Amino acid sequence: MTAANDAAAPADWRNPLRDKRDKRMPRIAGPCAVVIFGVTGDLARKKLMPAIYDLANRGLLPASFSLIGFGRRDWDDEGFGKIVFESVKQHARTPFRQEVWDRLAEGFRFVQGAFDDEAAFMRLGETLDKLDAERGTGGNHAFYLSIPPNAFPVVCEQLHNTGLASQQDHRWSRVVIEKPFGHDLKSACELNRVVNSVFPEECVFRIDHYLGKETVQNILALRFANELFEPVWNAHYVDHVQITMAEDIGLGGRAGYYDGIGAARDVIQNHLLQLLALTAMEEPVSFQPHELQAEKIKVLSAVKLSYPLEETTARGQYAAGWQGDQKVVGLLDEEGFSKDSATETYAAITLEVDSRRWAGVPFYLRTGKRLGRRVTEIALVFNRAPHLPFDATMTEELGKNALVIRVQPDEGITLRFGSKVPGSAMEVRDVNMDFSYGSAFAEDSPEAYERLILDVLLGEPSLFPVNAEVELSWQILDPVLDEWAAHGKPEPYESGTWGPASADEMLRRTGREWRRP
Amino acid sequence: MIVDLPDTTTNDVNKKITGLREEGGALTLSRVLTLVIAPDTAELVEESIEAATFASHEHPCRVIVVTPGDRDAAEPRLDAQLRVGHDAGAGEVVVLKLSGALADHASSVVLPFLLPDTPVVAWWPALAPRVPAEDPLGKLAVRRITDATNGIDPLACIKSRVESYTPGDTDLAWSRVTYWRALLTSALDQPPYEPVTSALVSGLKDEPALDIMAGWLAARIDGPVTRAVGPLKVELTRASETITLSRPQTGVTATLTRTAKPDSLVPLARRDTKECLAEDLRRLDADEIYLTALQGLDKVQYLPDSGEETGDRL
Repeated sequence: MTAANDAAAPADWRNPLRDKRDKRMPRIAGPCAVVIFGVTGDLARKKLMPAIYDLANRGLLPASFSLIGFGRRDWDDEGFGKIVFESVKQHARTPFRQEVWDRLAEGFRFVQGAFDDEAAFMRLGETLDKLDAERGTGGNHAFYLSIPPNAFPVVCEQLHNTGLASQQDHRWSRVVIEKPFGHDLKSACELNRVVNSVFPEECVFRIDHYLGKETVQNILALRFANELFEPVWNAHYVDHVQITMAEDIGLGGRAGYYDGIGAARDVIQNHLLQLLALTAMEEPVSFQPHELQAEKIKVLSAVKLSYPLEETTARGQYAAGWQGDQKVVGLLDEEGFSKDSATETYAAITLEVDSRRWAGVPFYLRTGKRLGRRVTEIALVFNRAPHLPFDATMTEELGKNALVIRVQPDEGITLRFGSKVPGSAMEVRDVNMDFSYGSAFAEDSPEAYERLILDVLLGEPSLFPVNAEVELSWQILDPVLDEWAAHGKPEPYESGTWGPASADEMLRRTGREWRRP
Repeated sequence: MIVDLPDTTTNDVNKKITGLREEGGALTLSRVLTLVIAPDTAELVEESIEAATFASHEHPCRVIVVTPGDRDAAEPRLDAQLRVGHDAGAGEVVVLKLSGALADHASSVVLPFLLPDTPVVAWWPALAPRVPAEDPLGKLAVRRITDATNGIDPLACIKSRVESYTPGDTDLAWSRVTYWRALLTSALDQPPYEPVTSALVSGLKDEPALDIMAGWLAARIDGPVTRAVGPLKVELTRASETITLSRPQTGVTATLTRTAKPDSLVPLARRDTKECLAEDLRRLDADEIYLTALQGLDKVQYLPDSGEETGDRL
């Protein structure tokens, strides 16, 4: 039992059938219902609904599980069921099984209404009450806000007014929110205030889907379950760290969300800083959610920007070019963006971690759209060997050793080191040693959303960033955003390349260069 | 690809494996274990390979199947077959047929094929040695998987496991009821928070999975556990409610009934051998809960069999 579920049970209650040593037994979520706001959105159709089916198919959802859609569309329960069906057929990871689907579909409901429609929320309340009685969902409700953040206040208020958000004995009410968590420190604090005024912090689950990825969780296993890496995981051996999240897609059709937001807010503030926290943090005393968060908060509070910002940051905006075999337009010509948009689609920043472990090691974070290919990785680049008993010609092709955690695609770990080239002469060249997730474990690991939704239903908060982490991340990033807003504009870069020249220049100043991921 | 190597030697087979792997690229580089299957009849061979191939998608492994050929042959003889690529899932399959005097030395023949520095799992799909851990093949393995369901007398089989138990032993009858156990357990997570006073497990007579589930309940709860032959169901009785998990004959949907609560339906089909095997390979450490369940079997009260075969297949 987790802390959140325990609250409902008397302190001396122990489930006689549960045993920590029983490792076969899957954790099945208790009776509950999930309400999705924004059912017509991309996220709901491509990720949430398929993930819910996959969970059901793996037997991890309770028999009474119910899924309620809330939206403006004029659908009935069956109509909603059809939408879910299509999304499951198209996007689910596990094979379709009629018997699983039939059981799941019995719990589908649709409530029609707008976010400011009080009567609709009353109907939602009635629907949930009815489900509690008919299906035994036990009054446990998770509200998934798959909606723009400016709608959070009104929805939270409605949930509050109808009493749906209130915490009662033996039942829980949780809210799930997606990024962006604000657009700077001030707005993030405001957003947190609004949400926390209705839901206490322990009932707020902020989804950063990167943290649900197996490879990201494996960072902890790699670092803390092995003896091999920890000794070199510090400033003595690490020259610098590069954290990259590159996408090859452009922003056509996403102007409403992206224009004025930009790459730094969209990706660095959440995903990349979370990856940095996991890479740089100290060992938690245990894997209890609270302990993990304590370490992440500690390392994030030690993170500082490198100055002067005009030399340690870079930004760009994609221009027309060839993305592989396709001719693509630049951002300014994308539909919905203004012709003089100063929104950056590429952002790179330099950070320092003020701790004994990392003193003097720069952390380079970069992200961008329309780059060479879609890839996310964390690369620890090591110092050159202090003394090479070879002459220069022998090691001409030897680079720096690197440990690369490939987050996606082709999840795995690459270790790069020098090896002798076969032959009579002594010549050293870089080679790769490769570990690939796909070939050592399950063919397909669960989707990030499966893991995260299940954790919400189980009340297991380890993988969700808390308030303090969100606010700290903004605190780190805000000076960059201010500097960029005040001076200059993003440098154009050709689509399908690895970003603007200023980003390369940013590393070259310190004698380093970006890996080509 | 399937390559037959009649009347061969272990050395030649090993060379051929290396050769095939080089041709096929590094597809099979990271394998997490070696699975040795010892079916006692030729009929079981294909069935077992199919299950192992399924499991290999989750646990890339080398599968070695050792089967007896003509035991009475005058000369010892080894016939081998290699399967790689599409025919072998995410690994490779080595089928070894031992004839003559060689038939009694399966462990010696298998030894050269074990992958370096990875765990070995032995699986007897039907008849298992009396003490798996003392069997020559069993001695090579860290995990020894038996299947009482396919034994001649399933109940006697599962009951006898406790005497021969060595850490690392498991039985597929045990993995067959994992989801039943999980559903019952999560039912107890809900109010009323009362202890279970008694339990009833009923179903087909020759279904050792039910016996071991009864044994598990007997080990976990403070009260009598009864095993009956009849419709397939498990009943947990508490002071103010009865929880029943039941499923009709050969159904795929079970019903969870609780006093004064709406019934709920759960998909709960019989688990195939391949799924049970995949689960069993997930962890290679000792399964202490399995041991307590075996020990609990002693406490289970058996209702006299009415003689009718009315039970349902789990």
